[in-house]
Amino acid sequence: MSELSVNHLLGIKYLNLKDIELIFETADHFKEVINRPIKKVPSLRDITIANLFFENSTRTKLSFELAEKRLSADIINFSAGQSSVKKGETLIDTVNNILSMKVDMVVMRHPNPGAGVFLSRHVKASIVNAGDGAHEHPTQALLDSFSIRERLGGVGGKNIVIVGDILHSRVALSNIFALQMQGANVMVCGPKTLIPKHIDKLGVKVETNLRKALNWCDVANMLRVQNERMDVSYFPTSREYSQQFGIDKAFLNSLDKKIVIMHPGPINRGVEITSDVADSDQAIILDQVQNGVAIRMAVIYLLASKIKNE
Amino acid sequence: MSQKVLLNAKEVNIILHRLACQLIENHNTFENTVLVGIQPRGKYLAYRISKILEEKYKVKNLKIGYLDITFFRDDFRRGEKPLSANTTEINFIVENKKVVFIDDVLYTGRSIRAALTAIQSFGRPNEIELLTFIDRRFSRHLPIQPDYRGRQVDAINNEKVKVNWVENDGEDSVYLINN
Repeated sequence: MSELSVNHLLGIKYLNLKDIELIFETADHFKEVINRPIKKVPSLRDITIANLFFENSTRTKLSFELAEKRLSADIINFSAGQSSVKKGETLIDTVNNILSMKVDMVVMRHPNPGAGVFLSRHVKASIVNAGDGAHEHPTQALLDSFSIRERLGGVGGKNIVIVGDILHSRVALSNIFALQMQGANVMVCGPKTLIPKHIDKLGVKVETNLRKALNWCDVANMLRVQNERMDVSYFPTSREYSQQFGIDKAFLNSLDKKIVIMHPGPINRGVEITSDVADSDQAIILDQVQNGVAIRMAVIYLLASKIKNE
Repeated sequence: MSQKVLLNAKEVNIILHRLACQLIENHNTFENTVLVGIQPRGKYLAYRISKILEEKYKVKNLKIGYLDITFFRDDFRRGEKPLSANTTEINFIVENKKVVFIDDVLYTGRSIRAALTAIQSFGRPNEIELLTFIDRRFSRHLPIQPDYRGRQVDAINNEKVKVNWVENDGEDSVYLINN
């Protein structure tokens, strides 16, 4: 079997297509494992993983934690809120202190873009980026592509639109890199204020009319409106946003074809999509969550297999 | 590298039939028995034996599965190359069943050790037996012995025993390969 070309998962842009295919093949096996009566394998019993979350997270943290436990790794959890970071400790000091307790891998979410890359240059451990500011969220993009592959049989040649807050979204950027690498056509759609200038330089189409975008696509990935990251008003009201960029069942039924709806969660029900859309058979939101555990198991397993046994 | 033929197609088939008969002797109608081929190579042997049982000896409702042991192996991060996984296809629970592990070559016994752990993910079997086509005796690292063996082979460590199956390799044969 081939192995990953990287020692850390810092972002999709550091991977190549072979890496993504290897991660998917491995995730297929782990998906079978997590559907067994006993869902645990002992592969990583001599590996210790630190989950460092310098920013709030529920599902990503749970998903990583579950993936690590299913692989039998030992884990330690750290949330910035209750730590010495508040006392002014630097990132490298915090992490080196944790690593001196013999930790092999670090899963980190951090509000600053590039935090993972910075850390990988200064500490001796495999780093998995679980989201760094508005930069990348590689495991989310991998699980999104994996879910599309599962539902539609492949990603190459498919039309995929990412709708909503592109400006603040690390999910959008990682998804664009991952989807393009696999040969999909990518479009972004949202209010002009939430679409970064020059995003077309990445080779994506830009559309501000949701109906046009949805009639073009096979899959719509509806991003969450990130109110917590908005320091100024980007659109007048949530109500106006949902009228222009939200999807309800009637809208979905009026489209030319049956499209697949995705959402990285947490959903603002009634803003990006209504409840009947979220719960419809066109939505694969809960599949994404289940695939998230399999993908993270695959990433951790493949990175751990590159850690030298000393 | 040199190689010599240990068993030809005819001999392989005689042994397959003998192993099938020995299984019938102990398991009768296979009502409470499941055959589990160990991935990757045990799969072909399990398939061949199941075909003989079904076609020649008319065994009905034979349960057969394939178990991948990759994630249960004890040499993760110890080898040169990363371990490559195969598919597990077990569509039944082994709780209170008699399980027969089927693998082509029994060498150090480590694969079977891993399989013993892996099968627990599918319940607690009543009993586990081991059927192996080639038993490389004197090379065991663990106290594991087969219940059914096709042929015993004495090979030294830098020799390799390769079992070929017509489904995968184009012929039924067993070779001793000297590296």
